[in-house]
Amino acid sequence: MSATAIPASYTGRKLGSLRSERRWALWVAYASLIIACIIFLAPPFYMLVTSLKSSAEISNLSGNPWLVKAPTLENYIELINNPLFRGFFWNSIIITVCVVIISMVVSVLAAFALARMKFWGSQMLATGVFLTYLVPDTLLFIPLYQIVGGLGLLNSIWGLVLIYPTLTVPFCTWIMIGYFASIPKELDEAALIDGANWMQMLTKIFIPVALPGIIAATIFAFTVSWAAFVYPTAFVTTPDQMPLTIGVVSQLIRGDTFAWGQIMAGALMAALPPVVVYAFLMDYYIAGLTAGATKG
Amino acid sequence: MAQVHLRKIVKEYEGGVQAVKGIDLDIADHEFVVLVGPSGCGKSTTLRMIAGLEEISSGEIDIGGSIVNDVPPRDRDIAMVFQNYALYPHMTVYDNMAFGLMLRKFDKTEIKRRVENAAKILDIGMLLDRKPKALSGGQRQRVAMGRAIVRDPAVFLFDEPLSNLDAKLRVQMRTEIKKVHQTVKTTTIYVTHDQIEAMTLADRVVVMNHGNIEQVGPPQELYHHPRTRFVAGFIGSPSMNFMPAKLEGNGAALTLHLPDGIRLPIPAARTARYAPHAGKDVLFGIRPEHLTETRQTEHRANVAVFEAAPEVVEPMGMETLLHFWMQGHEICARFDPAVEVSPGQRVPMAVDMDQMHLIDPQTDLVL
Ligand SMILES: Nc1ncnc2c1ncn2[C@@H]1O[C@H](COP(=O)(O)OP(=O)(O)O)[C@@H](O)[C@H]1O
Ligand SMILES: [Mg+2]
Repeated sequence: MSATAIPASYTGRKLGSLRSERRWALWVAYASLIIACIIFLAPPFYMLVTSLKSSAEISNLSGNPWLVKAPTLENYIELINNPLFRGFFWNSIIITVCVVIISMVVSVLAAFALARMKFWGSQMLATGVFLTYLVPDTLLFIPLYQIVGGLGLLNSIWGLVLIYPTLTVPFCTWIMIGYFASIPKELDEAALIDGANWMQMLTKIFIPVALPGIIAATIFAFTVSWAAFVYPTAFVTTPDQMPLTIGVVSQLIRGDTFAWGQIMAGALMAALPPVVVYAFLMDYYIAGLTAGATKG
Repeated sequence: MAQVHLRKIVKEYEGGVQAVKGIDLDIADHEFVVLVGPSGCGKSTTLRMIAGLEEISSGEIDIGGSIVNDVPPRDRDIAMVFQNYALYPHMTVYDNMAFGLMLRKFDKTEIKRRVENAAKILDIGMLLDRKPKALSGGQRQRVAMGRAIVRDPAVFLFDEPLSNLDAKLRVQMRTEIKKVHQTVKTTTIYVTHDQIEAMTLADRVVVMNHGNIEQVGPPQELYHHPRTRFVAGFIGSPSMNFMPAKLEGNGAALTLHLPDGIRLPIPAARTARYAPHAGKDVLFGIRPEHLTETRQTEHRANVAVFEAAPEVVEPMGMETLLHFWMQGHEICARFDPAVEVSPGQRVPMAVDMDQMHLIDPQTDLVL
């Protein structure tokens, strides 16, 4: 309504500067994104290129290492037919499935109790859970070595299944507490009046409503246990008990002979499951990490 | 269906806050009782104690003939409607309504029958497959009521169910709630801070203040015979005017001396009632609707007239509100819109003295 009072030239300049400011912001944003992409995608691209080369081509230093002249799947085929590599893969799967199940059961129950059953010290306990997450595994593996050794689980995937949850449970619990806390109190009260007990309230109301959070926590537990490196390095010594992460680097290097093609192919195949999981559940993961904090 | 009795109910929160200070209340079968009062007066706390969502510090609650103090909510045979509806977001409307019955192991056909019946009463049959996200505020409110109706409980509990709706929808849903109660006749306890909602819905209104019950009675009784200054001021909109006054005279004839030299004769029918207070300072209470233009009341007895100059004139359409100040007290009068008044203009005002109230400023009790 006051537009007529403003000289046309003034509004024009104003709009123009806004538009150019926005264009600038876009330029900067795109430039940063492209740089970030190059930095993050260069290693996997190099891995892919190398994995498609024969050993002869890799050791031939004359060509450009970023290009592949005669692509071949021989590295992949060899690995897939290698019982050792299949064993690593299988170990990783067993460990990860067990760890994800244990982590989710423990952290969902813990989060439900901490978020909803106001008992003495529940607040402190919730903070304590998060603090344990801040202790790095490089520090923890020394005392844990004693414990795992005492249980007779050294050099066993079951030892790993037992200790990985120390990495996953605190953070998963933390995500779930935030998520559960954002569920309005009247919802449990309505369920309580409708005749639900605590367990039904958890399974029929909380878990379905907090599903995005649960998926986010599951992905986190999956990633952590699939990619764990320090603990298996410390606790596992024989190839039959090794997960992919250490199997690939420790068994595909014989003395000082590096089977680069196979190492790269193995690493890429090892990275595949997380990539697939993220590709399908990315939206849930992001929603789960942010929604708990903001949804009223 | 059931009666509800509250006996000396006290609620003390941690930290020693007494939210409810020992209230007694008897609610009859089929009755629609509304707890009303300003925010923080303990209405919700009372309702939640009846529901079993809040522990009772002391006293007894009796629903349908048995003491339920230690009975969990699910076994109290009550259903509750919350202000924010509290619908289960991941379930369809049908499942929201069926959930309570499913947990109670009703068989499928009975559940279907009840849900469809409730849907018919509430006119939400076409929404049964939707999720709450896809419903408007009014529709969510209906579903929340449906969830209560299907259970066919002994008592319905409502906690400010209309507060999240816009004004127009609120009026519409108010009528709806009344209609539903007339159909299902379930004993209902309804909490609101809105006295109009209370007056329009209730068989009996319970006015609460500071954790105590000020007065219990049918709407008309509260309107015409408030027992305390609080009830007099809380019930009615715009609220009652209070002016400091002195009661003068003897047993034969009493006169009220107001500020600005205004003298109002007390009707003969009230002299006996007020005579003991002659010579004392009192508060004179009169509702805006009983302080009107002179034309309307000319033919009536016991009408006193004085002049005042309104400072603010608010035409409302069906009435015009005039505001003036008498020794710092804002006074509101309700005029026929046909009477044209401009601010600052002195106009005669007729006081319907049969509708007056006198309040003892010491005790705040209506005399
Ligand atoms: N969980 C609680 N802890 C402590 N004080 C509370 C709690 N809930 C309510 N109160 C206090 O009790 C009083 C009554 O609250 P409430 O029953 O919710 O009032 P209202 O009449 O507005 O519904 C208020 O003063 C409120 O601050
Ligand atoms: Mg309340």
